[in-house]
Amino acid sequence: MARLNVNPTRMVLTNLKKQLKVAVRGHKLMKDKRDELMKRFLELARENKALREEVEAQLMEVYASFSIASAVMTPDMMEEALMFPKQGVKLTVGSKNIMSVDVPVFDFETESQSAGGESNIFPYGFANTSGELDTAIEKLSDIFPKMLKLAAMEKEAGMLSDEIEKTRRRVNALEYVKIPQYQETIRYITMKLDEDERGNQTRLMKVKDMMVAQAIEEKKERDKEAYAEYAG
Amino acid sequence: MAKIGVIGDAQSVLGFKAFGLDVFACNTAQEAAGKLHQIAKEGYGIIYITERFCRDLQEEMDVYVSARTPAIIPIPGVDGNFGIGISNVKKSVERAVGADILFGGDN
Repeated sequence: MARLNVNPTRMVLTNLKKQLKVAVRGHKLMKDKRDELMKRFLELARENKALREEVEAQLMEVYASFSIASAVMTPDMMEEALMFPKQGVKLTVGSKNIMSVDVPVFDFETESQSAGGESNIFPYGFANTSGELDTAIEKLSDIFPKMLKLAAMEKEAGMLSDEIEKTRRRVNALEYVKIPQYQETIRYITMKLDEDERGNQTRLMKVKDMMVAQAIEEKKERDKEAYAEYAG
Repeated sequence: MAKIGVIGDAQSVLGFKAFGLDVFACNTAQEAAGKLHQIAKEGYGIIYITERFCRDLQEEMDVYVSARTPAIIPIPGVDGNFGIGISNVKKSVERAVGADILFGGDN
């Protein structure tokens, strides 16, 4: 692993040690986040799969009912019957925070546009339409809440998987690139500083030796002079 | 307030119209793509789109994956279920986990 290109000084070493601490802590947090996200996501994905299968099967039934209805009625009549919807759907988009992922929450309300607000969902009179159409529309309005739930769930799953992917990349980048890089650099700087320290020590010892030798020399000189004086 | 849109061929989307959703009948994938981008900008919260178009619109749909809205949800159309909806779920599992662990072997 390549070490960072920095000067081997004490200040850099201190900074790097701080950065390593942050990286390790970040790595731990990210890892926890990833694990928790994964847990939620798997539950969600399982539910999502079941719900989707259910909705798809029911939708196919709805289509079947519609095709029976269109067999009985002419396309023009169908078109006419369904032309002006009687009820509207009001959708409110809230938001929910899952491990700092902002996912939407859908809430819907059907509103009847006719006065009185009776629970009649059919936008047409019964005179010109067949009963099959009623069945089809009824079925559709039955599964609609599920479709909405599916939409919310699928969106949530999509966003969570996006976030998991991002988090996983960050975890891996920290674990396999950043942290080893810091460690390597810290080791390099420590060794370099130690080496300098040893170099300095030997130099000092050498200098000390030289000074001692000189001192001894001077002493000898002085002794010799004193001896000569005494003898002379 | 958000709206709900349905994009698909005329036959499939007919019923949703009766229910009061905003319906956009399209004949070609290009038309559907244009419509999708247009209504995504108009603040639709959910867009259901029939699978027949989904096949050709994967790239267009991917744009909105990480956005909060709209949620673009594939639904089967009258011409049958192509399994695109399920494969999208599978894909998101694969992306998150790195391997398909929910659907292993059952398709």
